[in-house]
Amino acid sequence: MNGISGQDFIYGCSAIGAGIAMIAGIGPGVGQGIAAGHAAAAVGRNPGAKSDITSTMLLGQAVAETTGLYGFAVAAILMFLKPFS
Amino acid sequence: MVVASANQVDFMIKGITKFHAFGQELWVTTTEIGLSIVTIVILILVFITDKKMKTATEVPGTFQNMIEFVVESLDKLVGATMGHNAKKFVNYIGTIFIFILFCNISGLFGLRTPTGDFGVTFMLGLFTFFIVQYQGIKNHGIGHFTSLAKPFPVLLPINIIGEITNPLSQALRLFGNMMSGVVIMGLWYGMMPIFVNIGIPAFLHVYCDLFSGCIQTYVFCMLTMVYVNDKLD
Repeated sequence: MNGISGQDFIYGCSAIGAGIAMIAGIGPGVGQGIAAGHAAAAVGRNPGAKSDITSTMLLGQAVAETTGLYGFAVAAILMFLKPFS
Repeated sequence: MVVASANQVDFMIKGITKFHAFGQELWVTTTEIGLSIVTIVILILVFITDKKMKTATEVPGTFQNMIEFVVESLDKLVGATMGHNAKKFVNYIGTIFIFILFCNISGLFGLRTPTGDFGVTFMLGLFTFFIVQYQGIKNHGIGHFTSLAKPFPVLLPINIIGEITNPLSQALRLFGNMMSGVVIMGLWYGMMPIFVNIGIPAFLHVYCDLFSGCIQTYVFCMLTMVYVNDKLD
């Protein structure tokens, strides 16, 4: 640990924390995939309602994305705004 | 903390000039420049539309056809969600729809996307908040506040938090999506070697600016309509 100042250590830990925060991206990925799969099944069953199904799916996916964006916001704050320096 | 090679990475909001007003130091940033350009472009389109529509023809020309298509699809979008209340809100929803759409796709034209600044999206979220509260008080009176304590009085804090976080998460969603696009484009342009920067970013722009921007515009307006519609009946 020679030559590493306390400040450098904090920056390194912030980068690790940002990486861990982006694990939040798993949830929205799985959720959006499930939504898209069910939408595909619904279009296969009822092709006439394609536009309604697509708009409903996009709205639901966008709402499900929120938690991932919270993770992204935390990671961006840790990386670029440097709250602990 | 930013490593040496990342010095060219450039996606933060930058101040252009500063001035003093009301005893404060205020900055004109890239966000304000972008917002002004977007507003001027929309105003120019509005003036052209006004002039063209004074000489509107039975069989529409190209420009008239485009404008009619935009107005009709906005009418249809609002009408499908709000039903018989659509008439009162189609103006507001149409305005923020066009404004957010132009802001989001302005990244294609080299501006720093204005909606990638939390100040802008927070204001849009505040508009939604005040409209929802105003409509709730207007249509339900005191019942708007008593309904917070339903079904059990224990849930009062959670309901209050829910009322406040709805517009906040809406604003954060728009900001996060556009900001992630800005970050990805900034990283790509700043860190990739020069020969990758020709042609390939076009595909990234199509996803980050066009696709994501259109979807988030639609979602923002849709959620605003859903929240307002909740308070109407």
